[in-house]
Amino acid sequence: MITIESLTKRYGATTAVDSVSMVIESNSITVIVGTSGSGKSTLLRMINRLIEPTSGRVLIDGRDTESEPGHQLRRRIGYVIQGHGLFPHRTVAENIGTVPRLLKWEAERIRARTARLLEALQLDPAVYSDKYPHELSGGQQQRVGVARALAAEPTVLLMDEPFGALDPIIREKAQDDLLDIQRKFGTTIVLVTHDIDEAFRLGDRVAVMSEGRLIQYDRPEVLVTRPANELVARMTGSAERAMRLLSLTTAGEAALPLAGEAVTDGLLVPTSASLREVLSELLWRGSECATVVDADGTPRGRLTVAAIMARGRPA
Amino acid sequence: MSSPGFLLRRPTSAQGTAALAGVDRLGALLTLVGAAGLLLLPFVTYKANRIVPGDPRALAQVLPVWAALGCQATLAAVAAVALLAANAPLRLGAALAGIVATAAALAVAANTLTPPHDLIVRVAPGAGFWLLLAALGLIATDAITRMRPGPGVRVLLLVLFLGGAGASLAHGTFDNVSIMREYAVNASAFAVAARQHILLSLGSLGAAVIVALPLGIFCHRTPRLRPGILSALNIIQTVPSIALFGILMAPLGALAAHVPLAAALGIRGIGAAPAVLALFLYSLLPIVANTVTGLKRVSPATVEAALGMGMTRWQTLAGVELVLALPVILTGIRIVLVQNIGLVTVAALIGGGGFGTFVFGGIGQAANDLVLLGAIPTVVLAYSAAVLLDALIELLDRAPR
Repeated sequence: MITIESLTKRYGATTAVDSVSMVIESNSITVIVGTSGSGKSTLLRMINRLIEPTSGRVLIDGRDTESEPGHQLRRRIGYVIQGHGLFPHRTVAENIGTVPRLLKWEAERIRARTARLLEALQLDPAVYSDKYPHELSGGQQQRVGVARALAAEPTVLLMDEPFGALDPIIREKAQDDLLDIQRKFGTTIVLVTHDIDEAFRLGDRVAVMSEGRLIQYDRPEVLVTRPANELVARMTGSAERAMRLLSLTTAGEAALPLAGEAVTDGLLVPTSASLREVLSELLWRGSECATVVDADGTPRGRLTVAAIMARGRPA
Repeated sequence: MSSPGFLLRRPTSAQGTAALAGVDRLGALLTLVGAAGLLLLPFVTYKANRIVPGDPRALAQVLPVWAALGCQATLAAVAAVALLAANAPLRLGAALAGIVATAAALAVAANTLTPPHDLIVRVAPGAGFWLLLAALGLIATDAITRMRPGPGVRVLLLVLFLGGAGASLAHGTFDNVSIMREYAVNASAFAVAARQHILLSLGSLGAAVIVALPLGIFCHRTPRLRPGILSALNIIQTVPSIALFGILMAPLGALAAHVPLAAALGIRGIGAAPAVLALFLYSLLPIVANTVTGLKRVSPATVEAALGMGMTRWQTLAGVELVLALPVILTGIRIVLVQNIGLVTVAALIGGGGFGTFVFGGIGQAANDLVLLGAIPTVVLAYSAAVLLDALIELLDRAPR
């Protein structure tokens, strides 16, 4: 758990971050979203003290981050930036081993950890360990950047616009991978982005910042149904709010019990599909009803247009 | 003198441009230069003694018939290869054969023209010899460039060339050539000058690296002061070397006169102290500027990632920034080393020693051979330093980045 208390950063007369307080739950993804100059990156960098706060404090699992030298704190916290920042003169394996080496792990432990991370990120260690960053594609570089940040088994991972340099299709894949990684390692992730869609896609909770202040910090559906002010409403897109709400719920969560015999000749949708995708498909086909199936194809429930529409209204 | 007509046939033939298509342009130019040197300029100069103006002699005049024909035939073959062959190793081999033939011709000419046991007569290489050697040298370096050899091969070629030249000099092949006559008289002074020359160049370089590297890092970290520091160093660079040596004589002389410790350390208005100081000052700008450029080339994301992962500032500088900037910094050091090896020659004017002693001594005595005894090793030294450092830089720059 990360507790941020009245955190402030001033540069001369300008206040970059203005008395922000928030609690970030463990094992979750928290997304800080805002326009450029909103102070979101500054806030993130004060968590690992790349920027020292003017006032206020940060506690990680109850321990004040000021209680140890900054570089030692940062070795316990994963950090991923836009454009990956891989060391061009070091191989993939050497890049990933950076923090374990700083922590003086044994060579064998570093090797095993590196191989495990590469596998987790779908990069064959035998193929990629000895490659140099410039020999990888943009998506692969980004994944190595994530692997490097996770190398020393940090409980907290900070990400500053991690997918900003990727093209849209690879970005979507990278976002899915991040959700997988979070589930697999149970890391507490704090991610900064200016992309509200990315925030809704990834965030268990979303913090909206503007002009150095924290405007609203809540579950994504609350941001849609009860925006704190005009800015949040505009950001979440009031014209699209119903659809955005639908995109936050999966077919598995909303499925109605099966009524008697399952209808298997109509539209079949996986439990992981969002209601938005299901509705769109039903409209396209002109159907009224879809069957929700799990990974083996076993019917788990059904969805109707009416049931989906009920989910698109504020509760 | 026999006229090697083939040298002129192709370039001046009336067969039209189509016939010229297969002719190597650079080869044609260098063949013309070499042929002009061979035909129009003296191959050697014969002097009754060290000082008197010489008597020009052409190649065919000074060599026995068999040697003249052999040399000319070899050069004709080299010209044919230079004009027509595209194969780079063949061109290199031909040029090297030409250089060997030309050098051998010089040695034979000197041995033929010098009466037995005569130490007064001087046989100096003439303008034709130098022109021929320059043309052949350019064909050789051009061939090496075309072969794109790796750093290791280039160093190996340098070692082989220096080894070959050194072995023939040690063997006494050229003992009757005027420059070696000067060497024989000045052998012990030559060894001292060589040591001084290398020490002055490397010493001033070392001192400059120690100061310029931190200064470059400081400039990189402090953009506000960067223009001021770089323009100050720039101004130093514009002061002519002789003027700078002169300017430094007065304050260092005063320092030695008033501070006994300085005098005890060997600091004087003339000699090595002002020479090293001036060379040091000249060395600063290239190293500082290249350090700044090299560090600027390192991506800010890489540096931020290093700090963000918990590397200390020092670890980031030494393990990431300087490593990535090293090829550019070494390029600055290469510039300085080659520049210093040349400038040390001028330092002889204020008693700094080095090969410049022979150059200025030779000018004073109107003895060209003595000038060359200072100039040739300086050029060889500078060229070798450039080849070695270029190879090192390429080796480092090849590491992926």
